Amino acid sequence: MADTITLLVTRYRPDTEAEPTVAEYEVPLRKDWAVLDGLNHVKDQLDGTLSYRWSCRMGICGSCGMTVNGEPRLSCATFLTEFAPGPVRVEPLANFPIVRDLVVDIDDFLRKLPTVKPWIVRHVDWVEDGEYLQTPDEQSAYQQYSMCINCMLCYSACPVYGVDPDFLGPAAIALAQRYNLDSRDHGAADRLDVLVHPEGVWGCTFVGECTRACPKGVDPAGAIQRYKLTAAMRSVRALLLPWGAR
Amino acid sequence: MRRRARPIEPFLWLLFSAGGVLAALFLPVVVLLFGVVYPLGGIGPPTYPGLHALAAHALTRVVIFIVCVLSLIHWAHRFRFTVLHGLQIGRLGRLVSVFCYGGALVGSLAALVVLVRI
Amino acid sequence: MTATRARAYRQAVPRLWWLRRRSYLLFMLRELSCVFVAWAVLFLLLLLKAVGNGHVDYQRFLDWAAKPWVIAVNVLALAFLVFHSVTWFNLAPKAMVVRVPKQMLALAPKAIVRRLPEGRVPGWLIVAQNYVAWVFVAAIVAGLVMRSGS
Repeated sequence: MADTITLLVTRYRPDTEAEPTVAEYEVPLRKDWAVLDGLNHVKDQLDGTLSYRWSCRMGICGSCGMTVNGEPRLSCATFLTEFAPGPVRVEPLANFPIVRDLVVDIDDFLRKLPTVKPWIVRHVDWVEDGEYLQTPDEQSAYQQYSMCINCMLCYSACPVYGVDPDFLGPAAIALAQRYNLDSRDHGAADRLDVLVHPEGVWGCTFVGECTRACPKGVDPAGAIQRYKLTAAMRSVRALLLPWGAR
Repeated sequence: MRRRARPIEPFLWLLFSAGGVLAALFLPVVVLLFGVVYPLGGIGPPTYPGLHALAAHALTRVVIFIVCVLSLIHWAHRFRFTVLHGLQIGRLGRLVSVFCYGGALVGSLAALVVLVRI
Repeated sequence: MTATRARAYRQAVPRLWWLRRRSYLLFMLRELSCVFVAWAVLFLLLLLKAVGNGHVDYQRFLDWAAKPWVIAVNVLALAFLVFHSVTWFNLAPKAMVVRVPKQMLALAPKAIVRRLPEGRVPGWLIVAQNYVAWVFVAAIVAGLVMRSGS
């Protein structure tokens, strides 16, 4: 095994450049080094001006998502040896505007996320009654979706979001389902309007790339199709029984 | 992104899905028999009186009508999104919808005429 | 802050984005199968129109269907229709979560219940049902058509 590997890193310096360029860096190839370790080596030893986001380096904070050799990946959980002998292309997440180098503007996602109320909504709330109890079965109904770390790899993988940036997107819908399916939650009706909007679930054409890209095993594509069925049956019921208000 | 929800989308999706199921179940065998097997001459095609009797049966005609209408809506709905996203022409959304669902409507009427006249 | 944002670089989606990745291309082919669904309906209606017009037109339809280009189109259409069926059947359990009713769970043997994740019908069983239905429908249609001719 060679002892170094080449990183082809996208650089974008908005104050001096009109569009991104590619810089080449030679970094040590070590069995226990992830792409993020390579980038840290670049920043510490080769070029201190390189900008990128990271925090926990253990696949839980969701901030180090990048496009590695064309695939949206967590750079902390993607090992350099996977690409030996290299080179490895490291680019910013696709479908998001680039602020600088590998840092993308995530405001769009942060604006959309709260519109689905991704928290437990209670219409009756008696704190003095103690905790809201839940059986293991009730928990397993939503557990998969609760693994989402908001890393936005699914948005980067989704061609519908790329073509139509108004699309609510995979993670937001999966998180809406995470709370809709929670036995303690009363908020499904509150989330309905945003989800059944044409830019909500109906914009999805079930490409399925979001599910493949997810580093935490969440299945946003499945969540969206399930919600389409739920919403459609609800519409049929509303049509047949107009007096049965939701 | 807070336009009022178009209540038609869920119904279009249900019809698209129903059409997807019927197209998946019925259409391959039809094309296999009349489009490939009979033209290639492996087996002789059904004689006219026999096929006419089968096609003229009320139940056959109802089933074929439902399969045709829903399959056409399936085409319309899927083709609409394929064109919108594949060619990136979201701004022409209305025009594409008129072409697709309008085409399905015309096709359904044609199916009705053909089936009534058997 | 605003100044930086104004200079953020927008990454355009390539016009032919669906050629960029194998999975995108397969997706696009899956979606384009709908064109052949429409073709199959048209072909079926042409056949029925000919049958409605009498045996002369029926023979004319058979001759037309035997032209090489029509056969070629139909072979292609058949491939796409089968692709549609397979993808459709395989993805169905993603949208449908079928729960076994509580009363049935109580009656069923424990060994089976333990195999049902969260009291749901497992995905593979839904897929298997779809294929059984496919064979069933195809056999009935083919049986009726072939029997009608003899």
